[in-house]
Amino acid sequence: MSGVRVLVGTRKGAFILTSDGKRQKWEVSGLHFAGWEIYHLKGSPVDPNRLYASQTSGWFGQIIQRSSDGGKTWEQPGTKPGEPTTTPDGMPMGESNKFVYDVSPGSGKPLTTHQWYDGTQHPWEFKRVWHLEPSLTDPDTVYAGVEDAALFRTTDGGQTWNELAGLRGHGTGPKWSPGAGGMGLHTILLDPKNPNRIFIAISAAGVFRTDDAGKTWQPINRGLKSQYIPDPDAEIGHCVHRIAMHRSRPEVLFMQKHWDVMRSENAGESWQEVSGNLPTDFGFVIDVHAHEPETIYVVPIKSDSEHYPPDGKLRVYRSRTGGNEWEALTKGLPQRDCYVNVLRDAMAVDALDSCGVYFGTTGGQVYCSADAGDSWAPIVRDLPAVLSVEVQTLP
Amino acid sequence: MIRVILPYHLRTLAHVGAEVQLEVRGQVTQRSVLDALEASYPMLRGTIRDHATLKRRPFLRFFACEDDLSLEPPDAPLPDAVASGAEPFFIIGAIAGG
Repeated sequence: MSGVRVLVGTRKGAFILTSDGKRQKWEVSGLHFAGWEIYHLKGSPVDPNRLYASQTSGWFGQIIQRSSDGGKTWEQPGTKPGEPTTTPDGMPMGESNKFVYDVSPGSGKPLTTHQWYDGTQHPWEFKRVWHLEPSLTDPDTVYAGVEDAALFRTTDGGQTWNELAGLRGHGTGPKWSPGAGGMGLHTILLDPKNPNRIFIAISAAGVFRTDDAGKTWQPINRGLKSQYIPDPDAEIGHCVHRIAMHRSRPEVLFMQKHWDVMRSENAGESWQEVSGNLPTDFGFVIDVHAHEPETIYVVPIKSDSEHYPPDGKLRVYRSRTGGNEWEALTKGLPQRDCYVNVLRDAMAVDALDSCGVYFGTTGGQVYCSADAGDSWAPIVRDLPAVLSVEVQTLP
Repeated sequence: MIRVILPYHLRTLAHVGAEVQLEVRGQVTQRSVLDALEASYPMLRGTIRDHATLKRRPFLRFFACEDDLSLEPPDAPLPDAVASGAEPFFIIGAIAGG
């Protein structure tokens, strides 16, 4: 029977949760990387045992970890324990943690400044990797979305990283500004039908798309309206929290913006609001059912000033119509005194016949629904605050 | 032999104990000690100094001989007691953030 492996990044390390296809009994592995923030882990679609993790610390910076056995053991790519750590001439070999903005004359772009919280301009500074997106075709190729916002890529399994500088060099950098969590590039969607097309999203700049494999980018934010920027319809400056697509229909995108749930029919050329009857359209996560491209999920959060579920009731909302008409899913979720948040990278779906939906909370719970959201049960209840949830469907 | 005391999380990254010992050629300075440390333990590159600027990461401090050397120039000689191995060079995570 096939099963699932849930990869959970938290404020104090990583956990790997595994189950068979019933998704009722779970094994918990961890704590991996104890004491470190694990912003994100994700597996290669080509080789499910190849995992990548972003291990980060305000003290010690960025570490990239890689596993080739489904998370049982980990290594920093290029610096395996016990192997020589320097080249014959004494130079360090490990470059896997090196994320340096490309300002070289040939390929790079000058570092601009971006807008700081107080409206002044601020220099670009690398802080951490928020999101790792393995290639759909090559287990050694991975994209990394970082703070301060930029996109990096490795093609050697994480040993070296190079910036795709055309994004940061788009020219609108001085109008990008950090959200409350920093100026992170948090979403990377690879188009399964067009290998040259990638969508990314930045808080707070908006959504960008490349159609030439990352050389050049265009902002795709037409239709977004944000009252917290001077021009609510501006091309740049929107705090997009998350975008999602169904792999069968990559031109249709769904978005949870700071406020507003949005939909695009044309690969982001224009967006329409589909918040409909949601109790609040603020939130972070959004995802799409594995087998029903018009079934989408969000977790409404009361407001940007009050990061908790409305009325203390944790409710996932599901739309079977691609937005506008939403139903609350509450069975098995706390319906009183619940004040957790669900962060932007903390929802995922599996691809089993009965689609599983998963999300993690800042209160340390990871919930699973094995019936597409109709009912929920916690897999674990007392982890550190959950930063990210990914699911692998195993053969 | 130069003795360097690492903070907990860097020990786990480098798979070493609290203290590592390094050969440093030439003058013993913050820069030469950190260069030698990173040459022996490349997984620590970027964790103490920024990859690009080589500046000390802001939440780390350097202590030795009961003095705070964090703000000393990176090419200033370290105390003789550090250079002789009598005293260790401490890399400390600053107390911030709870």
